[in-house]
Amino acid sequence: MTSQPNSISVPKMLPHGHVGMMSVITTEIFFFASLIVVYLAYLGKSISGPTPEELLSIGLVSINTVALLASSVTIILALKALRSCNQKKFLAWLFVTVALGTWFLVGTAIEWTGLIGDAHFTLQTNLFGSTFYTLVGFHAFHVTFGVCALSFIWFCGFMGWVQKKHHQNIEYVSWYWHFVDTVWIAVFLVVYVIGR
Amino acid sequence: MIDKTYSPLSSKLHEWVTTADHKKLGVMYIVCGILYLFVAGCEALMIRWQLAVPENDVLSAETYNAFFTMHGTTMIFLVGMPIILGAANYFIPLMIGARDMAFPRLNAFGFWLFFFGGLLLYFSFLGGQGLSGEEGAPDVGWFAYAPLTSTTFSPGSSTDYWIISLFVAGMGSIMTAINLVTTILTMRCKGMTLMKMPIFAWMMLVDAILILIALPTLAAIQIMLLLDRQFGAHFFDAQAGADPLIWQHLFWFFGHPEVYILILPGFAFVSEVTPVFSRKVLFGYPLMVVATVSIGFIALGVWAHHMFATGLSPTILAYFSGATFLIGVPTGMKVFNWIATLWGGQIRFATPMLFAVGFIAMFTIGGLTGIMLAVVPMDWQLSDTYFVVGHFHFVLFGGLLFAIFSGFFYWFPKVTGKMLNETLGKWQFWFLFAGFLLTFGPMHFSGFEGMPRRIYTYMPNRGLEFYNMLSSIGAVVQVFGFGLFVVNVLHSLRKGKPAGDDPWDAWTLEWSTTSPPPPWNFATLPSIASRRPLWDSKHPDDPDWKYE
Repeated sequence: MTSQPNSISVPKMLPHGHVGMMSVITTEIFFFASLIVVYLAYLGKSISGPTPEELLSIGLVSINTVALLASSVTIILALKALRSCNQKKFLAWLFVTVALGTWFLVGTAIEWTGLIGDAHFTLQTNLFGSTFYTLVGFHAFHVTFGVCALSFIWFCGFMGWVQKKHHQNIEYVSWYWHFVDTVWIAVFLVVYVIGR
Repeated sequence: MIDKTYSPLSSKLHEWVTTADHKKLGVMYIVCGILYLFVAGCEALMIRWQLAVPENDVLSAETYNAFFTMHGTTMIFLVGMPIILGAANYFIPLMIGARDMAFPRLNAFGFWLFFFGGLLLYFSFLGGQGLSGEEGAPDVGWFAYAPLTSTTFSPGSSTDYWIISLFVAGMGSIMTAINLVTTILTMRCKGMTLMKMPIFAWMMLVDAILILIALPTLAAIQIMLLLDRQFGAHFFDAQAGADPLIWQHLFWFFGHPEVYILILPGFAFVSEVTPVFSRKVLFGYPLMVVATVSIGFIALGVWAHHMFATGLSPTILAYFSGATFLIGVPTGMKVFNWIATLWGGQIRFATPMLFAVGFIAMFTIGGLTGIMLAVVPMDWQLSDTYFVVGHFHFVLFGGLLFAIFSGFFYWFPKVTGKMLNETLGKWQFWFLFAGFLLTFGPMHFSGFEGMPRRIYTYMPNRGLEFYNMLSSIGAVVQVFGFGLFVVNVLHSLRKGKPAGDDPWDAWTLEWSTTSPPPPWNFATLPSIASRRPLWDSKHPDDPDWKYE
């Protein structure tokens, strides 16, 4: 361009990944919001039993919750170790994160085995069953995806392919992981605290 | 190794199928959108043929149901969405001075999801079974109200085709929206602060954010409906205690923002065309931005005005009626800004401008009938009548489609390097304009007379024959308009006048590169100092940046 003022401001812009990941999380928030709204709208509307009070117990789920929330802390520690180039610590904390996530999934599987196997409570049983399995199931699906992604990163780290320069990209995965944890807080409150 | 099967055609095809270039993907989106426009147009013609005279039997009731469902679904998801996303894909990087979108491969993935979602919807004609067990295509209306969609009332698989194909296409739209938000927020050229972006980029930014918010809700309820139909869940099963109105609430929480997702790009095209053909800057750029963002916000809070006739409480009615009036304010601001842009300008009535002015007038009428429907007692009278059909066709045909044609004639030279024929373009405009008014104008009157929508025939001597005959004649007039469009495009692709880089003497960055642009868009990335960088370079003695 020929005619321009002497100084042109260069707008300060975020990296692609920041905005891209925030967009993904925004759209996910509204997906889970829809599921939660339907769960709340149908709370206590089931014509036939069983009810949440009869089926859900808070014991096992509380342990699962602690595990999942703890994994949010361990992933922060893993990233901190990566930034200070401590590969061993990075792999160790990442392993703990994957383990905690897996623990959560195993805990959910135990809970569901009890519900389906012993109480014969399924998606088809009543309205509560439909909303419960859909909401908790979609969350568990997201945890599964996160565990897979983190395991993949751990494997790459184990093979020695992860370096300090990758910390930004791994941080985006950690945002997703924090998001999945935050959704669990909402699901836990709605299903096991308010809904019971 | 030499590939013996090499031929120019197969290598060309391979190049297009494997591309991650935003311009090629944009063109593919728009070409698909236009092909579906003709498919859905033929469905509409069959509808008008059936309704031309009372007690007609061109279509059976079942086929009629499938045709109006497929017409609406196609026009919204396979015509409107791909054309606006294609235009955004093609022009956003060019307008903000970037070489491509932020995530090119995600972009290609989004397109192919849309592409196969669309094919899946149309495969239903062969693979599905509808209400009667005879028709293959979905026949539950484009908003697929519960409990009509339950397996009791919709056996067969046509409704499942509706669910899965739109779910797949919707995923593609979400990915493109992620891409657009990221591209606009992170890839603007040197000097382009947010308030120096072309207004097109602002409107597409708000549009993409609305997609991110609205589409996942549709995905969620479609999953619930699929669970109901295929796995025996009870989400919309009143006998299990469910409330079928939940479908309506959540569908319209998606569906109303969707209306703005469709019309905001229309605003964007017209806001670029109007200033260039009035030889003036866009009047009230900052207000335009504020109005766009306000529309984005308010659009999320008006959904239940589609549900006034469902027995909502008076408080809720009052809120949604009020919110709907409120959204008229920023929309009205835009209309006044466009008129103020025209005011005192040196207007050139080239085809893009004809369509833009047609848009402003017809969209305003559609907006005003919308305000009429926001009045609750009025809506009770007119809900689900042809008045509503007339209203939203003024918004989406006289509004969006006119804006699309305006943009098509404006940017076709940039994309192909060839000008479209102006004479044919003007004839197309007048045929479409007359046909449009003749088709959709009388629908307001037949609606007042009480003609319900989605009814495959009507009785004689109820005062409906005249209006319906007018509408059907209008549809035939439109055929000439669309025919001229096809002739014009095919003719101009082969023999059109060479366009040059900047045939309209425009001001935004896409006109600073060649027509068609090279794969890398710009030889050197531009830097800008005002909203009209090309004005600055053409008039170094009196640049815009001194005044902004």
